[in-house]
Amino acid sequence: MPKKVVSIIVFPGSNCDRDLNIAVQKYMNVNTKLVWHDDPSIPNQEMIFIPGGFSFGDYLRSGALATKSPSIKEVIRLSKKGVPIIGICNGFQILTECKLLDGALIDNHKRLFICKESFIKIENKNTSFTQNIKKNVVKFPIAHAQGRFYTSEGNLKSLEDNNQIVFKYSSMNGKTGKSENPNGSINNIAGITNKNKNILGLMPHPERAVEFKENNDGVCFFKGLQNLL
Amino acid sequence: MTKITQSLISEHGISNDEFNLIREILQREPNLLELGIFSVMWSEHCSYKSTKKWLKTLPTKGEKVICGPGENAGIIDVGDDDAIVFKMESHNHPSFIEPYQGAATGVGGIMRDIFTMGARPIANLNSLRFGSPKHPKTRNLLSGVVKGIGDYGNCVGIPTVGGECNFHESYNNNILVNAMCIGLVKKNKIFYSIAKGIGNPLIYVGAKTGRDGIHGATMASAQFDDDSEESRPQVQVGDPFMEKLLLESCQELMKQDAIIAIQDMGAAGLTSSSFEMASKGSCGVKLFLDKVPCREEKMTPYEMMLSETQERMLMVVKPSKKKNTLRIFKKWGLEAAEIGVITQTGNMEIFFNNSLVGKLPIKPLADASPEYDRPSKKPRKKFKKENHKSVSIKSALLKIISSPNHSSKSWIYNQYDRSVMCDTYFSSEQSDSAVIRIHNSNKAIAVTCDCNPIYCNSEPMLGAQIGVAESWRNLIASGADPIAITDNLNFGNPEKEEIMYQIKEAIKGIKIACESLNYPVVSGNVSLYNETKNKSIFPTPVIGGVGLIKNISQSKGLKMKDGDNIFIVGNSFGHLELSEFNRICNKNHGRPPPLDLNEEKKNGAFVRKFIKNHNSIVTGCHDISEGGIIVALAELSIRNAKGLKIKIPSDVKNSIKWLFGEDQSRYLLIVNNENIIKEVARKERINLQKIAKVDGDKFCVIKKFEISVKKLIKYNNKWFDNFIEK
Repeated sequence: MPKKVVSIIVFPGSNCDRDLNIAVQKYMNVNTKLVWHDDPSIPNQEMIFIPGGFSFGDYLRSGALATKSPSIKEVIRLSKKGVPIIGICNGFQILTECKLLDGALIDNHKRLFICKESFIKIENKNTSFTQNIKKNVVKFPIAHAQGRFYTSEGNLKSLEDNNQIVFKYSSMNGKTGKSENPNGSINNIAGITNKNKNILGLMPHPERAVEFKENNDGVCFFKGLQNLL
Repeated sequence: MTKITQSLISEHGISNDEFNLIREILQREPNLLELGIFSVMWSEHCSYKSTKKWLKTLPTKGEKVICGPGENAGIIDVGDDDAIVFKMESHNHPSFIEPYQGAATGVGGIMRDIFTMGARPIANLNSLRFGSPKHPKTRNLLSGVVKGIGDYGNCVGIPTVGGECNFHESYNNNILVNAMCIGLVKKNKIFYSIAKGIGNPLIYVGAKTGRDGIHGATMASAQFDDDSEESRPQVQVGDPFMEKLLLESCQELMKQDAIIAIQDMGAAGLTSSSFEMASKGSCGVKLFLDKVPCREEKMTPYEMMLSETQERMLMVVKPSKKKNTLRIFKKWGLEAAEIGVITQTGNMEIFFNNSLVGKLPIKPLADASPEYDRPSKKPRKKFKKENHKSVSIKSALLKIISSPNHSSKSWIYNQYDRSVMCDTYFSSEQSDSAVIRIHNSNKAIAVTCDCNPIYCNSEPMLGAQIGVAESWRNLIASGADPIAITDNLNFGNPEKEEIMYQIKEAIKGIKIACESLNYPVVSGNVSLYNETKNKSIFPTPVIGGVGLIKNISQSKGLKMKDGDNIFIVGNSFGHLELSEFNRICNKNHGRPPPLDLNEEKKNGAFVRKFIKNHNSIVTGCHDISEGGIIVALAELSIRNAKGLKIKIPSDVKNSIKWLFGEDQSRYLLIVNNENIIKEVARKERINLQKIAKVDGDKFCVIKKFEISVKKLIKYNNKWFDNFIEK
């Protein structure tokens, strides 16, 4: 049987597209199609990834300009049909900017870019994105200047009530206190889904945790996505 | 037309002798445009006129050298058709005036040098020198520079994996920002800057030309005074997004067999890029400045030729590929235009509004670029009276590891994306050099930057040798075979005899060490006039070393496991002069530790071979440098959050000298089997001593003192946070 094909949207300024492409091909056992941002159609609709980077230089606000690309209009249309969509880092920022996900990603609390290894607690294992990850806590790198998740109290409650909070910054043992919060995100939130649970956004980079055996928690993330296809 | 007056000539930094030479070459008076072009081409920054004579003596060839100095960057062969392109460059003056933009454009400039040659940048490093933390400007300069470096590299998506950052009062009014970039290219896909083919079009691509940075190269060739901040408009502004588009579009175009020659527009912008390409190809060039994409209105030919607007490239392409070239740039949303043509006249002819506004003979101008043998004199040492303090082992250690130069630099490196591209195996806080895998292979390269200005200030030749040796040692400690270096020579005003002495001596030191270690210099940069109000910086010849690790599983970091033993390789004599320890005691005079290059080679060869042959025995490796044995051990303890039991050998008479001495050519090897290493060392006649065992959660020097590792970590972490947040 020919391999299935998933789409990765590439913007001018995307810089994690190569890394993501490699991880997806290697661990999801699929082929990929890189879709240039101004392409109005996305022929391969098994799954859509929006990679990290600095789309359009992140000028104005992270992810804001990318929402005007033709491909994002198509992503919005397809999302309503239930196509699984995953945005990582800048991809998450784009998804919140085009309102497919709740909340906003604002300047880190110390207003500095942060790059480090972070422990991430899987808060909800019942989503199709996370149900195959055996570990309760994984280690993924983070690398962002605007990664502080913020939303109103009402929205936060609704995220909680609907079990939309998927990933939280934590300690190695899953403690999610203030000292484990690298960027000031509300309630340590590192990743959420939409209400329908077909769209996932996360700040940490699972695609950067697949290459070296000392640090390969990303493998189980990508392998686990196969069941969505 | 503007009259060329004496004051105009000196404003352009041109001496009377040089002006006479210009008249001789042109056989007439230059006009303002031509004068401007001469001034940048003959500036210290572009012509290396004070150092050329000495730089020529450096060893630049080697079995693995594909391309030495003279091109955009140096290139070495790392096997399997892979080549590594690398260079270091300074952006000192702009970074002092405007730290954020100065540092950012420094990173942008060096990355363009790398990808101009067809390589994809895979790692950035930087070597930073700031003034005393007590100086009122230091904090803002530090924050601005670090943010500038981070924002630029992070946005382009190239990991910033290492470097060094030190503070010393000699940099109070003249900080150093040296940026290094490493790129990867296939050996048969390298691009050079040799223009060829009469009638071939010259294509301009990238940012539109503005009035920024006019005379940047001249600024980099003059010293500072109180009004230096007025030169802020000469600092260029960086746009990393534009750089990313340039990088990707060039990579796409380079797959298409379209480019004949390519050069980035760095210092002296359009002038130096067009000149250098034509000069290397021994051809002429016609430029039509009306075609240059401009950002501002009514720009004059003078401004267009001298602008240093960033993120621009110039290339000669095959006529048949012109259309396709322009199409690719359009896809990436970049401004591109055909602005000239290659000719056979040997002249640069500049047209504007259909008239010839400047005509310069290319080869005579390049060949006649001045080369000076400036006088030099060994400076007399001044001894200030010192009130020496006596300090205990424990408090000296704590002072050193919580000092600005030795405390954890996590505040800096956490602002740098180190994990993008997924090939960073060790960034430099995890190992003596950063280790970057060659994508899709089992190989890796190791990279490091090193310099000890305090040693260099005392004895420039020995100090520079030690810099080379330390970079060599750092590569070996990471498990690599050292291959070649780039150097970034930062000094004061070469017109002063004492400074010229430092320059000549330092270059001699690099030459001696590189020859002995078979470690050629493949690229480099010189930054002179690092002075403010006549006060020079310490001589700072920074060495950027690159080595190859054939099997990434043999790379070593600062790792240790419970039960491991730590051995010291090499001789310990207890040299304390100019050491960290002595400076804590307020003893600032003396000589650097002696360096025996034969000993260096012998110990290095032993460590390298031992790691290769007994990989599974070696948990980690660390070189011993500033602070001596005890600081090297403390760094291991801090990094691993593990305790050590350290035993001072019974034959040691002075434990302070033994613990803090900065003798060269030594390594710490952390092993899980002590018999094998002892046996091999005995056979190879290597001086080996067991000095510590990994054990518990205390850092303990037996019979002297102990402290919990937790406390040690706290001391090591506190300085930056306190400094930045106060």
